[in-house]
Amino acid sequence: MSGRIAILPAGPADFSRLDPGFADPVRDAQACFRAVLDAMAHPGRIVQVPVALPDRLPLGAAATSVALSLCDIDTPIWLDAAASQAAGYLAFHCGAPLAKTSADARFAFIADAAALPPLDEFALGTDEYPERSATLVMEVSGLANDHGVTLRGPGILRETQLAVSGLSARFWTERAALAELFPRGLEVLLACGGALAAVPRSTQIVL
Amino acid sequence: MQSRFASDDRAEIAERQRWLAVLAKAPVASLEAAWEAFDDKPAYRLLRRGETGLVMVRGRVGGSGGPFNFGEMTMTRAAVQLIDASGNVAYTGFGHVAGRSARRAELVALLDAMLQDPERHDVIAERVIEPLAAEQEAAKTAQAAKVMASKVEFFTMVRGE
Repeated sequence: MSGRIAILPAGPADFSRLDPGFADPVRDAQACFRAVLDAMAHPGRIVQVPVALPDRLPLGAAATSVALSLCDIDTPIWLDAAASQAAGYLAFHCGAPLAKTSADARFAFIADAAALPPLDEFALGTDEYPERSATLVMEVSGLANDHGVTLRGPGILRETQLAVSGLSARFWTERAALAELFPRGLEVLLACGGALAAVPRSTQIVL
Repeated sequence: MQSRFASDDRAEIAERQRWLAVLAKAPVASLEAAWEAFDDKPAYRLLRRGETGLVMVRGRVGGSGGPFNFGEMTMTRAAVQLIDASGNVAYTGFGHVAGRSARRAELVALLDAMLQDPERHDVIAERVIEPLAAEQEAAKTAQAAKVMASKVEFFTMVRGE
């Protein structure tokens, strides 16, 4: 049984353009949660989100599944310009409010990862409450483990490699610079279609 | 295809509110029977499957005073989209019902969507909405009569003089 029922933002809405969400909301959300858990526990590992969603959504299947599983009325979301056409879909199915600025968002969905805003514009949490930070969900054009940047840290045996295509070159340097702020930081989910890889705040980037 | 309810016309909104109120109060058996009676059932998909949650019911002190939270009740909502012959979404219907019956919310949403179709509207209004409304009105009247019989008038006898 789900919790509180969210109310749609006021204003005329064209419901004929909306697509359905999860076919089986409870099981699909659990399956997606499990996939995110696996990805976060093993930074850099590429996992498949085993959920079928209608195509022609503004975000990929994995990124959309994350939104449907994790976002609700208590998590303000921020969408970049390329993801903004998902606003109606996410408002209808998640009931999540849109954050006024990227700093207010608990989840940020970025469809154009090449034009990523500076990472320190997002909420990094505080030393007392590091969990008050943002989770970035970025749609990228490719994920691979055979080359790329080297990742080290909890959940990784020795080291692993992750290559991400379609991602702003600034990302890895800015992310590496955040490491010294730990336990403040950002969780990053890189989504490519139905696949997902995580770079949690505890992971060290070796450039 | 344009829904009749894309505008902000107050009369149209009031009309839709009326049929949604009638459908929301109808028992699931009546809704199921109404749906089964259609020879030409439209193709549809569930935009939102029946999902159950809580809503806060608000009251007013003495019926007209300041609002207060009366309590939470369980309700179920659903949304369906009718698909036309070319595979596009034609009409979107919504159902909100008290209780936990997902099927009941889906049936309300289906009938709401079909009622927005000008070609179907009059037939459904006549065969489904009006009989249900009459049934509900009769039940309300019977209940009111029953309650009226037990009404107690409080008054004070004027003494003296």
